[in-house]
Amino acid sequence: MKLVTAIIKPFKLDEVREALSGIGVQGITVTEVKGFGRQKGHTELYRGAEYVVDFLPKVKVEAAIKNDMLEQVIEAIEKSANTGKIGDGKIFVFDLEQVIRIRTGEVGAEAL
Amino acid sequence: MKRVFALLALVSALGLIAPTVAQDKPAAPPTTATETTKADAKAGTVTEAVKAEEKKAEATAAPAPQPNKGDVAWMLTSTALVLMMSIPALALFYGGMVRSKNMLSVLMQVFVTFSLISVIWCIYGYSLAFTEGNAFFGGFDRLFLKGAIPDALKGEYAMAATFSKGVVIPEIVFVAFQATFAAITCCLIVGAFAERMKFSAVLIFMVIWFTFSYAPIAHMVWFWMGPDAYTDPKVVDEVNAKAGLIWQWGALDFAGGTVVHINAGVAGLVGAYVLGKRVGWGREAMSPHNLPLTMTGAALLWVGWFGFNAGSALEAGNSAALAFINTFLATACAVLSWSFLEWLFKGKPSMLGAASGAVAGLVAITPAAGNVGIPGAFVIGFAAGGLCLWGVNGLKRMLGADDSLDVFGVHAVGGILGALLTGVFNSPDLGGPGLVVDWVTAKTGYPGIGEQLWIQFKGVITTFVWSGVVAFIAYKIADMVVGLRVAEEEEREGLDTTYHGEAAYHG
Repeated sequence: MKLVTAIIKPFKLDEVREALSGIGVQGITVTEVKGFGRQKGHTELYRGAEYVVDFLPKVKVEAAIKNDMLEQVIEAIEKSANTGKIGDGKIFVFDLEQVIRIRTGEVGAEAL
Repeated sequence: MKRVFALLALVSALGLIAPTVAQDKPAAPPTTATETTKADAKAGTVTEAVKAEEKKAEATAAPAPQPNKGDVAWMLTSTALVLMMSIPALALFYGGMVRSKNMLSVLMQVFVTFSLISVIWCIYGYSLAFTEGNAFFGGFDRLFLKGAIPDALKGEYAMAATFSKGVVIPEIVFVAFQATFAAITCCLIVGAFAERMKFSAVLIFMVIWFTFSYAPIAHMVWFWMGPDAYTDPKVVDEVNAKAGLIWQWGALDFAGGTVVHINAGVAGLVGAYVLGKRVGWGREAMSPHNLPLTMTGAALLWVGWFGFNAGSALEAGNSAALAFINTFLATACAVLSWSFLEWLFKGKPSMLGAASGAVAGLVAITPAAGNVGIPGAFVIGFAAGGLCLWGVNGLKRMLGADDSLDVFGVHAVGGILGALLTGVFNSPDLGGPGLVVDWVTAKTGYPGIGEQLWIQFKGVITTFVWSGVVAFIAYKIADMVVGLRVAEEEEREGLDTTYHGEAAYHG
């Protein structure tokens, strides 16, 4: 099993969700996050005071999936979150040791 | 806390005593100054005239002037509008500009200062500002508004003069209208020391500063005997001598360029110096937490300012109409000039800039409102947007003080600009209405641009220095008593939870 974590542009969230459900991903977790990458921040000007905003708002999407879905999931996220401009985000893939469904106690791939 | 209350009481008492000493000098017996004296000086006050008539003691006594219902209605409306300018307008305008952890502290400082000054106004403030005393302070004829309603049972109300002979409004209306001015002036100062001053110190400072700066400046600029006192060319000098110092010089201040804006702006700047910069200033971002509220506040200020400026005509007539259109026009001009200049020099026109431009325009047109014509409104408005933009940028850097919400850069700078240009655009040659040069005949004229500008300048400098000195002493007293500044940990955590035990936002 794999845990796929994608940092995407906030306005791309709906498209990513649709793409993932389209290929059969059963559930995702979404968090509003802030960070910086190559896009860097921007400056804000309030009267005489100028502030560099280092951290930009992004959305973090996490999906736990079976190994055989990995390529499909990566492709779906890549396509749906792409604008071609700097700041589109990244996808991180982790090995997932164990999954347990709390209600039934199912473990492993059954619990996904 | 007991110490604080005891101190507030003490300070109020001091405020009562000091002017008494000053008041001893003039030989003239105090009379009910703001009441319109009737055409025959013997009648004294309106109320006395009423009584005299009832007794038929003097067959020659003319009937006392009655207030016009339209005037009274407009003044009551204006008073409520000016109240709205403090709460919620100014509170929201300021509140939106601070960090969310200090939102309630700003709202609270404005709300309670407004109430505190309103109460003090009715105890001794009004009397100190608007009754006969000397050239600097008024007297104590109206302590607790005593005598403003001589006989409620018989429906006898004292009358206050306006700017037209034989036109009066009930004095209690004038008291309430002016109360809102006194209160908002003190509230304006809050912006300069926002996010770092102890609540108790704010209140102590306000009482002292109001007593020794607002009240005397209001007296100096605005107190006079009213047009009906000028019955004969022979009494002119005598009647003039009873007016406030700056009024005697002939300075024009329609709705408070000196009394309100320069007064508050200077007190704010002194506060910013005395308190020092906020923790993290220049290193951490101190971005406004809610600019939509700031915009809402600025817009409400604009609406309320019609009461402030057009209400200052004290009558619902041509003068109010002129003040109204000028308040409309100059403000819009200032929004445009601030926004476009910001766009030009900083790259982007900001909402905060537009809102600030509106306030700058409103401030600058305040002394000019009924004193200039349409050309004056255009120039003062456009100039205010540009100059105040500099006030919060270049000038602010030069001054090096952390005037949190730019009370000096907007209110003092805009107030000075407005006060000076009032003297210029009052000229009939520049479309202005001129000023009354002879109150016996109510003849208007204009002394000349250079001369009037000099008079205006003297008024500005007097207010600037007076307020600065009083403010410095007032901050020092508050510092000695309770300490001005919150602890660094409290400042980092925010004043909402540490000083008011609540948070503005949850979740």
